[in-house]
Amino acid sequence: MSMDLDDCLALPGFFSVNGSKSTEDCNDVNEDSCPCIKNILLLDSEGNRVAVKYYSDEWPTNSAKEAFEKALFSKTQKTNARTEAEIAMFENHIIVYKFVQDLHFFVTGAEGENELILVIVLQGFFDAVGLLLRGNVDKKEALENLDLILLCLDEIVDGGVILETDANAIAGKVASHSVDAAAPLSEQTISQALATAREHLARSLLK
Amino acid sequence: MAQPLVKKDDDRDDEADYSPFLGIEKGAVLQEARVFNDPQLDPRRCSQVITKLLYLLNQGETFTKVEATEVFFAVTKLFQSKDIGLRRMVYVMIKELSPSADEVIIVTSSLMKDMTSKTDMYRANAIRVLCRITDGTLLTQIERYLKQAIVDKNPVVASAALVSGIHLLQTNPEIVKRWSNEVQEAVQSRAALVQFHALALLHQIRQNDRLAVNKLVSSLTKGSVRSPLAQCLLIRYTSQVIRESANIQAGDRPFYDFLEGCLRHKAEMVIFEAARAITELNGVTSRELTPAITVLQLFLSSSKPVLRFAAVRTLNKVAMTHPMAVTNCNIDMESLISDQNRSIATLAITTLLKTGNESSVDRLMKQITNFMSDIADEFKIVVVEAIRSLCLKFPLKHKSLMNFLSNILREEGGFEYKKAIVDSIVILIRDIPEAKETGLLHLCEFIEDCEFTYLSTQILHFLGIEGPKTSDPNKYIRYIYNRVHLENATVRAAAVSTLAKFGAMVDTLKPRIFVLLRRCLFDNDDEVRDRATLYLNTLGGDGTVVQTSDDVKEFLFGSLDIPLVNLENSLKNYEPSEESFDINSVPREVKAQPLAEKKAPGKKPTGLGAPPAGPPSTVDAYEKLLSSIPEFANFGKLFKSSAPAELTEAETEYAVNVVKHIFDGHVVFQYNCTNTIPEQLLENVTVIVDASEAEEFAEVASKPLRSLPYDSPGQTFVAFEKPEGIPAVGKFSNMLRFIVKEVDPSTGEAEDDGVEDEYQLEELEVVAADYMLKVGVSNFRNAWESMGADCERVDEYGLGPRESLAEAVNAVIDLLGMQPCEGTEVVPNNSRSHTCLLSGVYIGNIKVLVRLQFGLDGPKDVAMKLAVRSEDEAVSDAIHEIVASG
Repeated sequence: MSMDLDDCLALPGFFSVNGSKSTEDCNDVNEDSCPCIKNILLLDSEGNRVAVKYYSDEWPTNSAKEAFEKALFSKTQKTNARTEAEIAMFENHIIVYKFVQDLHFFVTGAEGENELILVIVLQGFFDAVGLLLRGNVDKKEALENLDLILLCLDEIVDGGVILETDANAIAGKVASHSVDAAAPLSEQTISQALATAREHLARSLLK
Repeated sequence: MAQPLVKKDDDRDDEADYSPFLGIEKGAVLQEARVFNDPQLDPRRCSQVITKLLYLLNQGETFTKVEATEVFFAVTKLFQSKDIGLRRMVYVMIKELSPSADEVIIVTSSLMKDMTSKTDMYRANAIRVLCRITDGTLLTQIERYLKQAIVDKNPVVASAALVSGIHLLQTNPEIVKRWSNEVQEAVQSRAALVQFHALALLHQIRQNDRLAVNKLVSSLTKGSVRSPLAQCLLIRYTSQVIRESANIQAGDRPFYDFLEGCLRHKAEMVIFEAARAITELNGVTSRELTPAITVLQLFLSSSKPVLRFAAVRTLNKVAMTHPMAVTNCNIDMESLISDQNRSIATLAITTLLKTGNESSVDRLMKQITNFMSDIADEFKIVVVEAIRSLCLKFPLKHKSLMNFLSNILREEGGFEYKKAIVDSIVILIRDIPEAKETGLLHLCEFIEDCEFTYLSTQILHFLGIEGPKTSDPNKYIRYIYNRVHLENATVRAAAVSTLAKFGAMVDTLKPRIFVLLRRCLFDNDDEVRDRATLYLNTLGGDGTVVQTSDDVKEFLFGSLDIPLVNLENSLKNYEPSEESFDINSVPREVKAQPLAEKKAPGKKPTGLGAPPAGPPSTVDAYEKLLSSIPEFANFGKLFKSSAPAELTEAETEYAVNVVKHIFDGHVVFQYNCTNTIPEQLLENVTVIVDASEAEEFAEVASKPLRSLPYDSPGQTFVAFEKPEGIPAVGKFSNMLRFIVKEVDPSTGEAEDDGVEDEYQLEELEVVAADYMLKVGVSNFRNAWESMGADCERVDEYGLGPRESLAEAVNAVIDLLGMQPCEGTEVVPNNSRSHTCLLSGVYIGNIKVLVRLQFGLDGPKDVAMKLAVRSEDEAVSDAIHEIVASG
């Protein structure tokens, strides 16, 4: 026995009331696992949903989801997340967020997650929405193009696994929205033709 | 702080009018969905309707089963359209509807067609949808396509297949594992994300094969990973390999060079992942830490909040174990105190509190005072906790730190925050004797104006214990008696108890306390009056000032060593009768599963067979069961029943487990037998026990089981006599003996003639832990001190090489069978030493307290110092014997 056991006696935390329960217990997330996104939220300036997508079953009901969104919104609304993405710890999650106009973008990950991975997902979503809405990023435009936003969410994360983080790639996949070239033009209605034209324009803008 | 740029109110009204979903209503949209059935599909219109349906779902609207089915069938019609945009929406819609198995069949063929389409986008999405909704049977049909897709030239298709593989691995691992050749090929892909997804899947396929993970890491760390995300994964897998690689002396840690190399990667996320991995290495040295700390320090002054947060959060964690390594960053940290993001500021402050030295405390406190006023309660609590540990570290600084705590105690704040402050002050009073008097006065001032009943009563209770021991107990009386005047009934009652404690401890105060207590007899609340009456009587308040007797002291100050839940249940079950309630009948065992229904026994059969309410707990059930057997009725009170231990392998002909019931002078083995053969009926089942390796035990009775039909469990018992009160141990070998009768499976009737047969069971052991009840104490230190050192036994043991410190701690806890106190059974990661506090009741109703100190001696050897206090030195010795022989 080379170790002097009396040294142990002098260790702090011997009699402290909750000494050994330090905040080091972040290992409840499996640290060897693939980065996991718990949800992506797009809320308006009053905390209402524009589009949300949950990948974790920690919020089993719609009311649990809404409670989370409300609490998160009220916690973050006063912060300035317009130039740089901001970050917060909230209910044992790490949340990165960014605002533009009356839109609030959020990405939630586990407490032990690499913050910088979460932020590239946020940035990918944010920039892709910017590209798809051609710079007019606000609630009205987002709701009018909700299909694009939903497809965008679908292309970023699949069941919590990061699918793509490059905004150009995401927007490109979403905007390849054109009518199949095989379909004869004569079958298209005028509105379809206009839509096609619009999307061709969008694609050319993206390139 | 800038307000979000919201438009003006009138503006917003307009905007609301423009919302395409204004006044949207589920019924109407479901009607609209009929356009999906049109023979001439209008893709644009259909897309809009799907968007509306998705909008409704997104807003939390739900479809009934019928509605969902209808929509699903309608949506499947849309596969006829060739419009790509519409098809995309159809894919999303199908995933959202998550159709049932019989519905899936409808779309399977369409999706399989898309999976083999020439259009990449179709292939990628059809794979994702199909894998999301499919079950195992379909998977074998499409497996071939999936394997092809994994190595598809188009990265989107490959990624779709790989990510689907990651999900499917949870449900159909055996199928996904067959793809590892293709996945391995994909790891070499030039497309960044394909590499990332392939690496994630490959690791998950192989995660239980340590050697394979090791090989994977060795080959990839030589450098062929392009994607930053994949590089992050590789760092995680590398740390896992480092963690699991056995016993490497510091200095030549494998793969450390790789981690350090990643600190120079161009992507920030990789740099950070590597820096964090290094700080979390087991037993990291300061030389290994330095490069990681350096890059984190650079992040501290980044313009990006996320980077600053990530760095300060990691450094904060490092500061817990290696405060010296972080001191270099102190200047950067101090500038973060004024960070806009309050999470960052709080983390910076608490890190500084951990790394600060004694001389910097005052300067820090000044900065924190300004800071406290503009952060939220949740952050303040973190700061308070950091200050408490700082004070314990530098007891000489208690004056300024205590002052700080009392100042913030006076300011506005919610309950949790105030509670954190009060808790901190209480801990400082307990641990720093010089801080006691000022601390108590701060608390007294606080309850003068405290809106939280819970905190007031807690403080009053604490005052009652600590106040009388101070130099001038007199000065607290005014504060306490004020509460009797000004507070609600709960606080008044607590104040009465506190007054009584002063009266009991300080004889000079007695007459005045009696006057105050007598005034309380006129209180308008029952509880307050009752308490005052009780205390006046116990303290002899009838005028004669007498020395307080030990019994009274025990009553006032003794800790209640019975779990409150058990007491509550016993009281609920008690019915007024001749026999008064006996507190000794309350079970003392702390229940292992808090969820289990708790019912105390303690009800003697006095009444006229009152029906037991609710399902009885196991202890209760055992006691009832045993007392119903005449042979065992005179064994006395059941001390403890062990958890069932299996005596047979799983899935054998007969399943038998044993429960050991310990009495003072007897042990009863209860064998729970199950017959798993339908064609057999067992009769006259007994267990023949050979106690030749258990010398102190003598068999006294055995109760055979008359008949044991198929699948209905039954019990047989064997009782042994042992020396009274002695924790005898021994090994018993068991043989199941019975008569087998064949049963005709068609009629279920047994033949008349049976054959005698035997079946060998595994051995069972009576160990020392069987004589120990898990009984917790609320305040270990008080209990330890009041037990005194008279019967203390201290010795040191070498436990030899162990897997980890935590493993050694758990092994000793299991060996002793005692209740860990104050959460000390949890060993923090990376610690080199640990103290664990245990308490229990040994046979003969002897309270035992144990203090275990563990230390790592060399890389794996664990040494332990065991201090035992109990009410009987023989018991203290016995505990040491358990450890010495265990």
